[in-house]
Amino acid sequence: MPLSYSTPKDLSLSDLATQETVVHIDGLSKWYGNFQVLHGIDLSVKKGERIVLCGPSGSGKSTLIRCIGHLEVAEKGVIRTLGADLAKPCAARRRALQEVGMVFQNFNLFPHMSVLQNCTLAPMSVRGLSRQQAGDQARHYLNKVGVDNQADKYPSQLSGGQQQRVAIARALCMEPKVMLFDEPTSALDPEMVNEVLEVIVNLADTGMTLLCVTHEMGFARQVAERVLFLDAGRIIEDLPPAKFFTAPTSDRARAFLAQIRH
Amino acid sequence: MSVDDLLNLFLNRELLERYGPRLFDGLLVTGKLVAISFSLGMLLGLGLALGRLSGNRWVRGFTGVYVYFFRGSPLLAQLFLLYYGLGSFKHFWQDLGLWWFLRDAWYCTLLAFTLNTAAYQAEILRGALLAVPQGQREAAQALGLSRWTSFGKVILPQSLLIAIRPLGNELILMIKASAIASLVTVYDLMGVTKLAFSRSFDFQVYLWAAVLYLLIVEVLRRVLKRLEQSLSKHIG
Repeated sequence: MPLSYSTPKDLSLSDLATQETVVHIDGLSKWYGNFQVLHGIDLSVKKGERIVLCGPSGSGKSTLIRCIGHLEVAEKGVIRTLGADLAKPCAARRRALQEVGMVFQNFNLFPHMSVLQNCTLAPMSVRGLSRQQAGDQARHYLNKVGVDNQADKYPSQLSGGQQQRVAIARALCMEPKVMLFDEPTSALDPEMVNEVLEVIVNLADTGMTLLCVTHEMGFARQVAERVLFLDAGRIIEDLPPAKFFTAPTSDRARAFLAQIRH
Repeated sequence: MSVDDLLNLFLNRELLERYGPRLFDGLLVTGKLVAISFSLGMLLGLGLALGRLSGNRWVRGFTGVYVYFFRGSPLLAQLFLLYYGLGSFKHFWQDLGLWWFLRDAWYCTLLAFTLNTAAYQAEILRGALLAVPQGQREAAQALGLSRWTSFGKVILPQSLLIAIRPLGNELILMIKASAIASLVTVYDLMGVTKLAFSRSFDFQVYLWAAVLYLLIVEVLRRVLKRLEQSLSKHIG
């Protein structure tokens, strides 16, 4: 399938060497009741890195992303997001999590508010922006994602692709340092998948640190610097996309790629 | 029987002149009683609903017992327990300085109705809060909204839309249940009607009372319908 968007420029080795670690995970394990969904995950994400997580369903990739955004709490191990230990409830953690934006599979827009209100609520309430400032900022990001002419509509009046783009703009209005995407295009009709992926690629171009759980392998190949392959709660592969898609080291990854390639 | 006679059976002019105004006063009393107790009950009910959803076992247990008691026993029994039951400990309440409240039928009725409707509204609101998709809370959290803002601006408005029909039901039920107030000497619509009947021995006063109750409920139904329509404009 031909892709219409450009490849973002990769960072040079020296850039990577001097960058701060924005997410550091050490020995993370999580259980849902008796079922262990994450087995001792170790991961380090540097600023500006673009990471795609893929793998079969039930592999724990969504859970991992949600743990990073503190929507789930792990029983064992340490997660440090933007320097704050997520296990310790305190102001530092709250401030760090405000710099993490998340985009969900089913958009989760607030249906009783207009698109503009969706985008201005958090900046006004959390960052104390005035209505005017928040509105201007919202229109700026809505413009960036290509839905600024829908600002006064309600989510139910928009298509899925538009809604997801609004969701991305809403997250961007908080000017986060890290953006987490949990299968952003999985709930979209095929025609709308590209418009959302294009937005994410443009976002990657700006140097935003991205962690994206997705099944869109073409997108992964274009955008990712690292592809993480998870299976049964473990990171099996952690390779640059060129290597991952041509010569993965594990059988499990090979089997996965063979299935999706046909 | 002539048309006049027939009309007199249901709409006797003399009776209307004598007892009509009083019936109207009774209507106002009913209105006040239901409006105040429903509103206060809603505030208390919201608190109870949050208590029922709390992470704390004791809070959940206590609010659970409250709801169980007030939904499980008749309103009449609750009212009598309050007015006659607690009222029989006159000296105790006088010492506490609360006698002025419990000796008054109006305050007792208000309290009993508030406590009762709060239990029903608690369950309605709890169901409505649970019906708001979890994704909404997650999105609010991901945006860094505080617990209060998330609740007040995101969750509660959506839950009120879900709750409006059952709450409307509860309001209508309260209006009819308010007739019980007449049993403790409160001159609401039913109380006045009973008085009119005891003086005139003409059953048509009960007919008027029934029609007036019907009228209130119908007006309310339309108002609620409008409210629901305006609140759900955003739904596709």
